[in-house]
Amino acid sequence: MSFRMILRVFLTVFLCLRASGQGGGELRFSIRNDPKTFDPLLAEDEASGTVRYLTGATLIRIDRKTQKFAPELAESWRILAGGTSIVFKLRQGILFSDGTPFSSDDVAYTFRRMTDPKMHSPVGDSFRGGPGEIKTLVQGPAQVTVTFPAAIAGVESLFDQLTIVSSHSPKKELATLGPFVLGEHKPGSHVLFRRNPNYWKKDATGRRLPYLDSVRADIQQNGDLELLRFKRGEVHMIDTLDPELFDRLWAGSPGETRNAGASLESEMLWFNQVSGAPLPAHKKAWFRSKDFRRAFSSAINRSDLCRLAFKGHADQAAGPISGANRLWANAKLAPHVYDPKAALARLHRDGFRLEKGTLRDRQGNAVEFSLTTNSGNKARSRMAALVQQDLAKIGIRLNVVPLDLPSLIERITRTHDYEACLLGLVNVDLDPNSQMNVWLSSAANHPWNPKQKTPETAWEAEIDRLMRAQSSALDPKKRKAAFDRVQEIVWEEAPILYLVNKHALSAVSRRVLNVSPVSLWPRLYWNPEYLRVTNQVAQSR
Amino acid sequence: MAFARRISILFVTLLLAGLGGATLLRLSPGFGVDERDLDSRLNAASLEASQAARAGERNLGRFYASYLSGLARGDLGTSRLFGRPVVDLLKERLPLTLGTVLAGFVMAWVVGITLSAVSAMVRNQALPFALDSFSSALLCIPSALLAVLFYRMDVPASAGVAAVIFPKVFFYSKRLFSSSLAKPHVVTARAKGLGDVRVFVWHAVPPVAGELIALVGVTLALGLSATIPLEVILDLPGIGQLAWNAALGRDMPLLVSLTLLIGAFTLVANALADAVAHAATGAGSNDNSR
Amino acid sequence: MTTAGKSAGVLLFAIVAASLAAGYLAPASYETQFRESPNASPCRQFPLGTDELGRDRLARLLYGSRVSLLLAPAAAALSVALSALIGITAGYAGGWLERAAMAAADLFVSLPWLFLLLTVRALLPLNVTPWASILITFLLLGALSWAPGARVIRSGAAALKHSEFALLARASGCPGPRLLWKHILPNLRPLMAAQFWIAIPMFILSEANLGMLGLGIAEPLPSWGGLLAEIQDPGRIAGNPVLLAPAILLTVFLSCFQFVFSKGDR
Repeated sequence: MSFRMILRVFLTVFLCLRASGQGGGELRFSIRNDPKTFDPLLAEDEASGTVRYLTGATLIRIDRKTQKFAPELAESWRILAGGTSIVFKLRQGILFSDGTPFSSDDVAYTFRRMTDPKMHSPVGDSFRGGPGEIKTLVQGPAQVTVTFPAAIAGVESLFDQLTIVSSHSPKKELATLGPFVLGEHKPGSHVLFRRNPNYWKKDATGRRLPYLDSVRADIQQNGDLELLRFKRGEVHMIDTLDPELFDRLWAGSPGETRNAGASLESEMLWFNQVSGAPLPAHKKAWFRSKDFRRAFSSAINRSDLCRLAFKGHADQAAGPISGANRLWANAKLAPHVYDPKAALARLHRDGFRLEKGTLRDRQGNAVEFSLTTNSGNKARSRMAALVQQDLAKIGIRLNVVPLDLPSLIERITRTHDYEACLLGLVNVDLDPNSQMNVWLSSAANHPWNPKQKTPETAWEAEIDRLMRAQSSALDPKKRKAAFDRVQEIVWEEAPILYLVNKHALSAVSRRVLNVSPVSLWPRLYWNPEYLRVTNQVAQSR
Repeated sequence: MAFARRISILFVTLLLAGLGGATLLRLSPGFGVDERDLDSRLNAASLEASQAARAGERNLGRFYASYLSGLARGDLGTSRLFGRPVVDLLKERLPLTLGTVLAGFVMAWVVGITLSAVSAMVRNQALPFALDSFSSALLCIPSALLAVLFYRMDVPASAGVAAVIFPKVFFYSKRLFSSSLAKPHVVTARAKGLGDVRVFVWHAVPPVAGELIALVGVTLALGLSATIPLEVILDLPGIGQLAWNAALGRDMPLLVSLTLLIGAFTLVANALADAVAHAATGAGSNDNSR
Repeated sequence: MTTAGKSAGVLLFAIVAASLAAGYLAPASYETQFRESPNASPCRQFPLGTDELGRDRLARLLYGSRVSLLLAPAAAALSVALSALIGITAGYAGGWLERAAMAAADLFVSLPWLFLLLTVRALLPLNVTPWASILITFLLLGALSWAPGARVIRSGAAALKHSEFALLARASGCPGPRLLWKHILPNLRPLMAAQFWIAIPMFILSEANLGMLGLGIAEPLPSWGGLLAEIQDPGRIAGNPVLLAPAILLTVFLSCFQFVFSKGDR
């Protein structure tokens, strides 16, 4: 070994040690859009969610790794009075980023602000399930009791999205309790976050967190460019990567790719069952037939969807809840089996017949209809083409109609002028209570037949009953049993055909330390206070 | 008097453009819907409130009247999509786009005119064929691909605008030069041994100056519309990206303001081109009828 | 005709013939998914490889060219005809008609026509046949893109109106329509031809974008626009240069077409 080499090794080791002992540098990644709001109580879009996650602190956090509740600003909590109230014991000595102290008054203020009907806060809406007022009782600076008009099952999970805001800081919502504070926002370009000097968490050695000095979120919609910038070292990680781009990165540098397994995202297809929809009666009859829906589902080769549309980076979906949601998925359910013959046999039983390659119903109508989907999603358009060919095998002619998102939303929520729809669903929240507006037959977001005055089918009435039962039961086992049954009914009746669960694919530079990808959002920066970026020399190790 | 008439035509056209933009948007599907409508966390009251916030845009006449009265005060309304005043959004983004368009425009014209002149004057066929093929290839390659290629090569975005304008300049001017070079008096001049450059400058250009100047106005507007795919793909915070987002998000105040802006740009570019053509070609132009 | 001209003609003929004989030249149908061989490299069975769903790229290219070769020039011709009609009328008539026409052209360029296309899609039934949809798409493209060309042609017409030969023709009693048809229109041919050439690839590429709005050709029918839209990303091309085939074929087609048919304009 030459002298120069020895010197280089020493220098590298020295710089690495220095890097690990120092501030953690700047972490850079991309977000898709400008945040629509910096008010954590109004955050809805993903970019605002990122801002909220990096800058805000909650009373209780769902640990993204274990999927269990973890104390955050609350040292401990107790659920009282059959689930109608919750008492928090708060940590003391915590300061907001502007130096003002945190106390139970801030919790009470946050509740008042969030439940103000004029705010229309999404997180407020998830707390205000029914009529009546949410009350807070401040019992000294470190204790606060929140009382709900009716018991909320699994109420802890709602707190994961409730960022505590300051009641008295002149900086209002810009005074934060999270690891970072908002530094700069250049619209269309980037959002810069700086280290919160007053952040309360410390690491095992007693050093104040976060390690990072700053986080820069560049606004970048184009995934190809994002990957290019990642390869150039301009961004350090990619939270969500396309299967295609994932494979491309894997081919060149497999060590920087991460696949955290099935995510919470499902791809699904449903038929229009709205009774007043502007569709011919015979088509409505098809879509309202369970046999038709189940046969359709068995004619879809889900394995090919995973393999060809997602390059193998997806699992076949069995039901509404992805296996990634360990607590709530019904493990007994298996995906509908691909079997075109069985599908045809089922259709025969329902009065359909195959004539010269065309499926016809009892009245002789050829089974042909459109599948609308949103344009611009490559994987989804591949899925549509695959489903189209699969269905052709049982004589169903499917016309794929991609539409821009607003047109599609108008059709599925207002005019109901569509026949079948292929879309993706992102579940941010693990708890089934967050899906009340999907499963209740009276809900506006009940995809296949929204806003029913009374449930139009017996099985929808049963789902309504079970969803209400799980939302008021306090015993987690009873809740799980009720929601398991909901998933079974959905599997059996197939109002929505669940096709695949995409994998959580991401990319992380070797320069970023302490990253531990998970399948829940945010996949890579769920523990931002512990992340660290080493300098360039460390990379040459 | 003629000037006042021109200004008033410009003004009326602009007003019509704004109204036309608002009408097209109002009648299109997806008007008044929002991605929030699919958010299962929101309760019925919040969904209704978010829909009510957009109700003011439903009555087109009322919307446009209030928009215009705001415009008179320098207020273009607030973008629903970005939650910020439209004026601020335009101010932030206009310099980037204008810079890109102008740089691309100049590049395209310098290269386009030079190559078309060479192509029209050379006597062999290989070079014109090669130049034709090159220009055709630029027309046939999706601008998205060009944009990303340029990005990879660290070439500024204005090159993308140039790549869109260049083939138009090249094809139009080449054909114009070829036709004027084929005129008998030019052929005679060349046969008499007049230098190529002299023939070109004195005999090929003047007869087609009017058309070329008209093309200037047209290509400026084209350059502006080329920034839409370019800025969207390269994530450049300019007017093009704003227009695309406004269209996808059905953002009425923003979209109407952008229509007016693009309209004003087009009208001014063409009015200037007309004025220059008038000055350059004098009575040769039609403008003695004005 | 020169050797180069002849070669261009032969090449052009070959492209058109190949698209017509797609059924014989391509071993598979454009829609058959060979699901066991997705993204195959060129081989004997698939001379241009397969796409992500295992469909034969050669078949898709050849079938796709039928639609594009027929409809894009038709739409381009429509656009040129409208430009010429409006441009020449404006340039020749002058006065208020000219001002109104040019104001309309400027207005036309500024309006967000995307919304008209969305509205048209909303008015059509969802199960519209692909041919009806593609025809409407190209008609709309042709009808909406007259304005820039009309401006340039108007300038040309105005200049010609005051040219010596036009004055001479009028002095010798040539009536207006005859002057337009016999003298002005032929002289504007170079401008119209340029617009025509530019419009063809522009329309072919736009068709792919309109496909995204539910207009245009839908799965599983191929079109050149759809095939060109696949190559938005250089990263993919580096791994599979065959993806460039549609762009190359379109460029060759256009260059040859111009070479063969543009003699008269020179």
